[in-house]
Amino acid sequence: MDIRQIKDAIARRSMGLVALGVMSAAFLVGFGLYWRARPVLAGRRWTEILFSAAWHPARGEFGLGGFILGSFWVTAIAMVIAVPLSLLTALYLSEYASRRTREWSRPVVDVLAGISPVVYGVWGMLVVVPLVRDYAMPFLSSRLKFFPFASDNFTGFSALAGGVVLAVMVVPIMVSVMEEILRTVPPEIREASLALGATRWQTTKKAVLKKAWPGVVAAIILGFSRASGETMAVLMVAGCALQAVPKSIFDPAYPLPALIANTYGEMMSVPLYDAAILLAALVLFLLTVLFNAVGWGILLRLEKREG
Amino acid sequence: MTQARFIEEKIFRGLMLAAAGMVAGSLGLILATVFVKGFRALSFDMLFKTPQGGYYIGGGGGIANAIAGSLVLGLGATLLALLVSLPLVFYLNVYLRRRSRLAFFIRFSLDVLWGIPSIVYGAFGFTVMVTLGLKASLLAGTLTVGLLIIPIMARSMDEVFKMVPPELHEAAYALGSTRWEAAMKVILRQAFPGLAAAVLIAFGRGIGDAASVLFTASFTDALPTSLFRPVATLPLAIFFQLGTPFPEVQERGYAAALVLTLIVLAVSVLARALTRRVTRHSR
Amino acid sequence: MEARTHIRVEDLSVWYGGHPALKDVTLSIPDKKITAIIGPSGCGKTTLLKSFNRLIDLQEGVRMEGRILVDDEDITAPGADLTRLRKKMGLLFQRPQVLPMSIFENVAYGLRIHGENDRLRLGEKVEHYLRMAGLWAEVRDRLAAPAAKLSIGQQQRLCLARGLAVEPEVILGDEPTSALDPHSAERIEQRFLELKRDYTIVLVTHILRQARRLADYAAFVYMGELVEHGPAAELFAHPKDPRTEAYISGRFIESTGEDPD
Ligand SMILES: Nc1ncnc2c1ncn2[C@@H]1O[C@H](COP(=O)(O)OP(=O)(O)OP(=O)(O)O)[C@@H](O)[C@H]1O
Ligand SMILES: [Mg+2]
Repeated sequence: MDIRQIKDAIARRSMGLVALGVMSAAFLVGFGLYWRARPVLAGRRWTEILFSAAWHPARGEFGLGGFILGSFWVTAIAMVIAVPLSLLTALYLSEYASRRTREWSRPVVDVLAGISPVVYGVWGMLVVVPLVRDYAMPFLSSRLKFFPFASDNFTGFSALAGGVVLAVMVVPIMVSVMEEILRTVPPEIREASLALGATRWQTTKKAVLKKAWPGVVAAIILGFSRASGETMAVLMVAGCALQAVPKSIFDPAYPLPALIANTYGEMMSVPLYDAAILLAALVLFLLTVLFNAVGWGILLRLEKREG
Repeated sequence: MTQARFIEEKIFRGLMLAAAGMVAGSLGLILATVFVKGFRALSFDMLFKTPQGGYYIGGGGGIANAIAGSLVLGLGATLLALLVSLPLVFYLNVYLRRRSRLAFFIRFSLDVLWGIPSIVYGAFGFTVMVTLGLKASLLAGTLTVGLLIIPIMARSMDEVFKMVPPELHEAAYALGSTRWEAAMKVILRQAFPGLAAAVLIAFGRGIGDAASVLFTASFTDALPTSLFRPVATLPLAIFFQLGTPFPEVQERGYAAALVLTLIVLAVSVLARALTRRVTRHSR
Repeated sequence: MEARTHIRVEDLSVWYGGHPALKDVTLSIPDKKITAIIGPSGCGKTTLLKSFNRLIDLQEGVRMEGRILVDDEDITAPGADLTRLRKKMGLLFQRPQVLPMSIFENVAYGLRIHGENDRLRLGEKVEHYLRMAGLWAEVRDRLAAPAAKLSIGQQQRLCLARGLAVEPEVILGDEPTSALDPHSAERIEQRFLELKRDYTIVLVTHILRQARRLADYAAFVYMGELVEHGPAAELFAHPKDPRTEAYISGRFIESTGEDPD
């Protein structure tokens, strides 16, 4: 073996080590959180922590149920807005838009993805919250006196505001994944359908979406996961008051990530408080890892099948 | 019947246009809001002074601490992520076959890491700090943000490598190159602008994140001077200033948001220019 | 009379993910002659050629059986030194693939990785090989320009110079003229006729007239099988196999990959 081969072998080994590190990073993060969260798990049941909404750190009660529900509530609102918005946008870009429009759309999506979450929060406070407070809430809540519209929160800082901001934040990831998936649908499929006299929308609905739906589902899962982990923007606009069960889109919501961020500075004050917060992080970790594994798993499989 | 399907076509075309318009419009609205609000509070002092006494109740000074802190932390984290991402993507694309099982698992791991929220990275950084007895510091913040942006950087670099024609690899090997030589002397040159763009994108993402530095870097009014002291960052400066009840202080939060957005915009324009530009040496 | 065998292929079979591309090929490539490999598209010519320098290893899901001896050394044996093997074999691609660097550096690249670092000698050698490839006169004033700026025909000659610079013993050409205009193609052919004094040349080609003009030996491959091989003149004048005859008389319907029988 000459010096060149030796260099090559060293490079291969050290790069392999880096790869090993990256592959184990997720386990490390999960394990680190678990290790620090153990104290709060001792003597309590998983179910009790996950489903109880009793959160009184000073009394040693650490039920995460309210926050988990809060997360689902805000995320669900975000998805109700973001899924149709992203799907329609992605369909427009892949099926209808001209080349030029498509080229213009890329920087728009990239910049949307790149803007700081805190800046989204600023925008939410300046635009979305007042809109909810001055228009949406008075208009809807006074007319529709039932779930999920009835509310007596007049501040505008609400699950809806959080959901709207989150929706805009997850649009980039969903649009780009969906568009990429739609792009992989072979043009022959469209041509075959159009040749049969179908309209463009019929082709899109019956041929393109039929072929691309697993990828679209994956994109939605990824968007959901991203939305449920977003922290700062939600913290700034969702009001963050604890409630057991969501009653209205106009009520404040307190999602899991906001809880973690909010206790910064005080969590060393009460015994087990820090462990409970890290447990919340662990729950969030497990949730997002699961969703991402499923979402990317679907996409990687599709890619493999396409060859 | 036939009429109905043309009406349906019209409706959905309209909906799609509206959706695309809303997405583009929301970006415009966000930028407009930040620019209009931010410019008013922007001043020389804002950019070049650190917070003076009573800053958070309306006293003088600026956010130089956060600007400097964010740049230092962002650069450090980017460098760190580069040190991991570059060998990783070379390993993936030069040493491994595209379809190998190991390559699949590495890509899958990157995808999963990419999806972990930054607050979780922050919390993890915190557990490590507590275990090692460290305090919130520039070092801890840099490491945490570095970890956060590794998957972002590595995944976009991986995309760049996909664009390198396989024949170029073959041409290098046909001359008797080892893989290492092919990687460093041929592939790296070909992919360079794209890799630089990936680095910039990761930097932009790292500098904008707040949740990961909240526990790990903390905040300070001083300029960054030591790896082992807390450091201020722009996102947290925005967050804290908007959290005060004083309009003057909130105004400065808007200015900070403008500064941060301008940095992110500059970075993404630069990245775009780089990806557009094919290398001097390629067609 | 018989020339020395430079490359000996013994019972070579190659599969891509279970799909056979070469079946039991046995063939001797004579030293310092031009051997043409002809056959319809997709019959396995490139596969055969890339087996000679084991570039085939880079393909996904490839499996190889049999032996290839180069200078009586088994290059399919585990642990064979591939960089040395590839240095021995210059390869010209169908489309020229220049490296992302200057004209000069393209030629100097191979010299450098194989240990030539003296600037003066590098300069001399680069000039020498550019002359050998018949490109020197056209590029002497712009050696520092990006190689990608050259015309396709010039790029192919640059690739030839680059390949010659690592001092190979064999030149493998995979339809090296098929992307070129007739004039550029002729210049490459001219080079090959000059180079065969010192090099063993294996030329994959689609163009039968090219094979007739250049080749000393010829091998006809059909659907992964080596149907017939021998001195070119004889193979073209008196093909033994009906399939060869059909192919060289142009009566051949290009294979679409389906079994003819
Ligand atoms: N990387 C690969 N993966 C799978 N199949 C392949 C691969 N490369 C080639 N093949 C298949 O193997 C067979 C032989 O391919 P090869 O490229 O050797 O043919 P060829 O004679 O060079 O054709 P052409 O004249 O078109 O260049 C073909 O059927 C081809 O489809
Ligand atoms: Mg071929």
